[in-house]
Amino acid sequence: MALHHREAAPVTQVEIDLTINGENHQLVVDTRISLLDLLRERLGLTGAKKGCDHGQCGACTVLLDGRRANACLALAVAHDGSEVTTIEGLATGDQLHPLQEAFIEHDAFQCGYCTPGQICSAAGFIDELDEAVDGPLSDDLIRERMSGNICRCGAYPNIVSAIREVASARSGAAERVGGAA
Amino acid sequence: MKPFRFERPENAEGAVATLTASGAEHARYLGGGTNLVDLMRLGVETPDLLVDVARLGHDAVRETDGGGLRVGAAVRNSDLARDPLLRTRYPMVSQALLSGASPQLRNLATIGGNLLQRTRCAYFTDTSLDCNKRDPGSGCGALDGEHRNHAILGHSAACIATHPSDLAVALTAVGAEVLVEGAAGERHIPMPGLHRLPGDAPERDTVLDPGDLIVAIQLPPLEAARRSSYRKVRDRASFSFAVVSVAAALQCDEDGTIRDVRIALGGVAHAPWRAERAEEELRGGPATAERFAAAAAAELDQARPLEQNAFKVPLARNLIVTVLADLAGVAA
Ligand SMILES: Cc1cc2nc3c(=O)[nH]c(=O)nc-3n(C[C@H](O)[C@H](O)[C@H](O)COP(=O)(O)OP(=O)(O)OC[C@H]3O[C@@H](n4cnc5c(N)ncnc54)[C@H](O)[C@@H]3O)c2cc1C
Ligand code: SF4
Ligand code: FES
Ligand code: FES
Repeated sequence: MALHHREAAPVTQVEIDLTINGENHQLVVDTRISLLDLLRERLGLTGAKKGCDHGQCGACTVLLDGRRANACLALAVAHDGSEVTTIEGLATGDQLHPLQEAFIEHDAFQCGYCTPGQICSAAGFIDELDEAVDGPLSDDLIRERMSGNICRCGAYPNIVSAIREVASARSGAAERVGGAA
Repeated sequence: MKPFRFERPENAEGAVATLTASGAEHARYLGGGTNLVDLMRLGVETPDLLVDVARLGHDAVRETDGGGLRVGAAVRNSDLARDPLLRTRYPMVSQALLSGASPQLRNLATIGGNLLQRTRCAYFTDTSLDCNKRDPGSGCGALDGEHRNHAILGHSAACIATHPSDLAVALTAVGAEVLVEGAAGERHIPMPGLHRLPGDAPERDTVLDPGDLIVAIQLPPLEAARRSSYRKVRDRASFSFAVVSVAAALQCDEDGTIRDVRIALGGVAHAPWRAERAEEELRGGPATAERFAAAAAAELDQARPLEQNAFKVPLARNLIVTVLADLAGVAA
């Protein structure tokens, strides 16, 4: 019987609720789908990139409940009820996020493939900064805490200076870390 | 990836019951998924049921009587690393966490999942190659293949892999206890003691039974740990697994006599390696560079390096001396 059949089959489709860039989505998803594939394939948010699909490159970095996370290793079902911010949701209307402005100003990319992940990761980094734990802001600290984002083009020096500008403006420590762009 | 069911129980008992009563052939708990999902994508893990244990309420760091800490298994690695009490009482644990993976992975990764992550041996993660750990009896591909970053201590002919967790090394130096909820109730497993040496059963990483759920980690009060550090040597400066690592704590009396010392090594064995011989040599005597060197040599005398990793023996020896000398404030 059809009904009997339905009960016996394992339930691998689940309904979840996600707030993505401020918009609520109710979705029925396969338990296997990663947050990254959900964003890119189902919702057309292709800003977050798939570089490796194994947590190794950071191209898929998004803000998950306000904290940076690799969307490729996050199962969508496991994050039912969460808030996700992708690169598409960082700007306020036409006003770019300060990190987006700084990446343009400092020429902090070449091909741009890693850039959405770099910027989301940098937003998480700046938010996490706590001098009591991390010590004063420095280029070494930026490099260490941004090491989860690989740039195949090697745009690192300009990525560091873009992040330094925004982070030091935030902590009001521009003079102390020196601002050579 | 094979289709799987997903369950989110309310509490620990529910999680254990869901997993053990599921009838699923291959059921797994899910923490942050940063290791498990990766292995599922590689076809190394093929669960038909995932039981989410990241939202059971095991997400607090609590002070215990006498100055210890109890850390819920679902606390994220990044949150524990930043905990003010952990940073004061057990700096090596915070440093070990911050040396592992990347910030965005640490935001997902849980403490329980970190301890139970599988080896990074490239033969284990590639299903087209032979590996006794993944496929018992198929042979150890690494033994006659690439094993530059494999074990120098405690390995067997069946498996020469190392355990990749940095956190586990620091907790082994602390002598932490793992609180486990299983089908037969709750039990405490001391570290070292959670992870096994491979012997002839490399498919078993730990002493846990199927269905055992890690609920919390208990860090005992330990005066020596206030002066402790974690040093990790790796192939690049950041975001890389250990080649060799050392967690050490040192407590001296006013006259410079070593009252307590704890040393554990990572990247050298199938389990985090507590350097008991070295500790024994050092306790009760003066904290000098010569004695550190002698103790490190005594520990590494047991090493049985493989063809490609003999360099790890002097590396581990020198790293022990450097870390202890730094803690003692003497020149190495
Ligand atoms: C690119 C990369 C680099 C990394 N570098 C490092 C590094 O340098 N150092 C380091 O230490 N780690 C490193 N890691 C590993 C990372 O720390 C682990 O993947 C992470 O800690 C696992 O935690 P999780 O919660 O995501 O576990 P999961 O992936 O959810 O689970 C891992 C295992 O533990 C089991 N499990 C989870 N929770 C419980 C529980 N409460 N009780 C019983 N079983 C449970 C699962 O069933 C699974 O078998 C790296 C990972 C990646 C992807
Ligand atoms: S070292 Fe262990 S994990 Fe690696 S191939 Fe051999 S048996 Fe497998
Ligand atoms: S795609 Fe997620 S880390 Fe590379
Ligand atoms: S700009 Fe090309 S990968 Fe970073």
